Amino acid sequence: MPRILTGNRLETGDVLWWNGSDWSRHIRDAVAIGEEGEALVAELVAAERINDPVLIEVEAVADGWLPKTTRERVRAIGPSVRPDFALPSLTVDVI
Amino acid sequence: MLDNQDQQAVGAAVPPPLSDAPAPLRFRTDTPDDGPIAPLADFLANSNFAAVRLDPADDARALVPHLGRLKLIEVAFPKFRDGRGYSAARILREAGFKGEIRAAGDVLVDQIGFMRRVGFDSFAPAKPLDPTVVKLTLERYPYVYMKAADGKQPVWALRHG
Amino acid sequence: MYRYDQYDQAIVDARVAEFKEQVGRRMRNEITEDQFKPLRLMNGLYLQLHAYMLRVAIPYGTLSGTQMRMLAHIARKYDRDYGHFTTRQNIQYNWIKLEQFADLLDDLSKVEMHAFQTSGNCIRNISSDQFAGAAADELADPRPYAELLRQWSTLHPEFSFLPRKFKIAVIASDTDRAAIQLHDIGLQLIKNEAGDLGFRVYVGGGMGRTPVIGSIVREFIPVGQFLSYSEAILRVYNRYGRRDNIYKARIKILVNELGIAEFTRQVEAEWALLEPLGLDAPQAEYARIIAQFPEPAYDLAAPDTLDLSDPDFAVWVKQNVHAHKQPGYAIATISLKPKGGIPGDASSAQMDLIADLAEKYAQDEIRVTHSQNLVLAHVRKADLYALWSALAEADLATPNLDLVSDIIACPGMDYCTLANARSIPIAQKIAAKFEDLETQRDIGELKIKVSGCINGCGHHHAGHIGILGVDKKGEESYQLLLGGSGAEDTSLAKILGPGFDENGIVDAVDKLVAFYRTVRTGPSERFLDTYRRLGAAPFKEAVYA
Ligand code: HEM
Ligand code: SF4
Repeated sequence: MPRILTGNRLETGDVLWWNGSDWSRHIRDAVAIGEEGEALVAELVAAERINDPVLIEVEAVADGWLPKTTRERVRAIGPSVRPDFALPSLTVDVI
Repeated sequence: MLDNQDQQAVGAAVPPPLSDAPAPLRFRTDTPDDGPIAPLADFLANSNFAAVRLDPADDARALVPHLGRLKLIEVAFPKFRDGRGYSAARILREAGFKGEIRAAGDVLVDQIGFMRRVGFDSFAPAKPLDPTVVKLTLERYPYVYMKAADGKQPVWALRHG
Repeated sequence: MYRYDQYDQAIVDARVAEFKEQVGRRMRNEITEDQFKPLRLMNGLYLQLHAYMLRVAIPYGTLSGTQMRMLAHIARKYDRDYGHFTTRQNIQYNWIKLEQFADLLDDLSKVEMHAFQTSGNCIRNISSDQFAGAAADELADPRPYAELLRQWSTLHPEFSFLPRKFKIAVIASDTDRAAIQLHDIGLQLIKNEAGDLGFRVYVGGGMGRTPVIGSIVREFIPVGQFLSYSEAILRVYNRYGRRDNIYKARIKILVNELGIAEFTRQVEAEWALLEPLGLDAPQAEYARIIAQFPEPAYDLAAPDTLDLSDPDFAVWVKQNVHAHKQPGYAIATISLKPKGGIPGDASSAQMDLIADLAEKYAQDEIRVTHSQNLVLAHVRKADLYALWSALAEADLATPNLDLVSDIIACPGMDYCTLANARSIPIAQKIAAKFEDLETQRDIGELKIKVSGCINGCGHHHAGHIGILGVDKKGEESYQLLLGGSGAEDTSLAKILGPGFDENGIVDAVDKLVAFYRTVRTGPSERFLDTYRRLGAAPFKEAVYA
């Protein structure tokens, strides 16, 4: 399964996805991460600006990624009970 | 697992190494004791020591019969979240100990206000503290709600003084 | 209500300044996240799935209209226009930004509020009876004692790094509306044979992974000494509570491992040393605080009758209104469990409206209940109709108190990092199953409580029907528990059988209820009573056969 990199921004708590050169709030912008993932996470931990950086497993879907776990799907979209807050990458029914 | 709630167990944390150097941060005017610090078991077995180390699981009350010959009691904080040392210091002050009580190890600046209140009067933090932040922290609270070991009057005493 | 004096305000202001400085150090990377985490947690700030979550303390669940309006303002300005009232009588916001947090705390402090000690291994917000001061069966208002505890426990220098969190609840009647036997310390105000006031002290109750009903550590401690006695309990716990395993760190485990007799002996020995130190507040302080919870200025001419000719109003009165000790008055509960809603959530507009109504009709006082509803404790019966009409327009008058749709649910996996499964959708689906209020009333009192993981924030162990989210090979799955109660007849719910998926659990509840309706002795026998009478076996049969 492909892996992508995520974390939360220190200043805002926002859920972020690594797009290869910067962070995006949208999971559809994420890039698959290879071997270099662990080193990237270690760097982020040491820099202390992104909280809880972690690599997660995803499945490639049309126009983006679908995380394997419900937890990460909720993070990528928003609370399943508040479709009005859903971020545009995916819709709450895939949770 | 991510430790989102900051709850990892502290029981197995390793205490700081023993050191005979005086504490870098000290709120006493007497000369620091320069004798060796003994672990509790050694202290109880040998009457020559004037300084002792209490680890978190040690019973501070074991020292009560010996307070007269003690100059320094060092309380170890292997991990700042292990709060047993706060009770140890206060128990020693309640028992009348007037010598130095030192907090050693994982002592963070945001804790020393509480530590002063329960009776610590010297500090040997594993990582040095910024003196300006120390000063700010200790001057922070104009009032306290409850008695502790520092003689501060709680607000109920001020209200009905 | 208790009002801050210069001392209380100075302490809150200092605390806010302290946290601002701590946030500054974190933003400048002078401290690591690991060092910052306990500091923010002690100010009620968690990092959740989507953002920071803030828990604001509502001491013993009592609020003024002005304070409620500030909570609405916080929701509007710093969050997404809503808040979540919790089972511990607090409020949580789900979308807070660290960079705005200092301003938020400033705003809160303007109305004598804060978020201190709403998280972390310290003494948490003190909870109490939502009917305090209004219930006919109480000995005295318990809240002055809760306030004494609040002050004693705020920034306690010895007890801010306990083995685990510590929760205290105080009541003053035999009917327990605060689940005191499920708290680390539960205090019930009583009179001894000589007629003196004191507390019966329960210790070691709790939910979470290992639910335990509290034991009595002392039958009677005089009111004048309950603070030093609490200090003795906390000291024994701080010294000997387990620190090697976070799942065994609560005081309930210590009490169990020592046995209540030995635990009591240690507490009494500690208290014998502490009591002479003069730790207890003087009588004058008790009097000062008690004087701030006066009887409301009742309208003695208020008629004690109600016009129930509007059938919808009559239903609401029957379900959501309780008797008040003062003739001509009533206690009204505002349901935060509307059809299709999220249990405990309220929008800013709803909070503003409730603030207005409290000022107009309810002596400017609002209470939060542990079942995630709100209470207006002193309403003239003559004003009830107007109150109800205004509530109904804002979807706040659902007449479902204690009924099957009055479900407690924790945030679950929709918000919480620790969750195994979602809780809110389960609550919504069950409520939808029993949509018809006529049916709900026929079923009668039935407390369903849903937690998204073993921590049990949704009190599933105290549910007549409890539902617990578990992780089954990466899938959300739900266990079914029966027979719990958080009231004076406290009992712990037990697992009935194998778990279910989302739809399965809803069907299972449906089957349980259908079975209960066929076997109950009559409408006055509650679901819980039937379960206690028949035992688990026939219910199990009804669900799994
Ligand atoms: C969403 C963020 C939350 C987190 C991270 C959280 C975390 C926890 C944890 C870790 C425990 C177990 C503690 C232990 O047993 O030692 C717990 C218990 C509890 N929480 Fe929460 N909680 C959250 C929200 C809530 C909410 C919304 C409520 C109220 C609806 C609540 C009320 C409680 C209660 C009543 C308990 C049981 C206390 C006991 O064991 O005696 N929590 N929580
Ligand atoms: S019970 Fe579990 S899922 Fe629910 S709020 Fe508590 S910690 Fe989160």
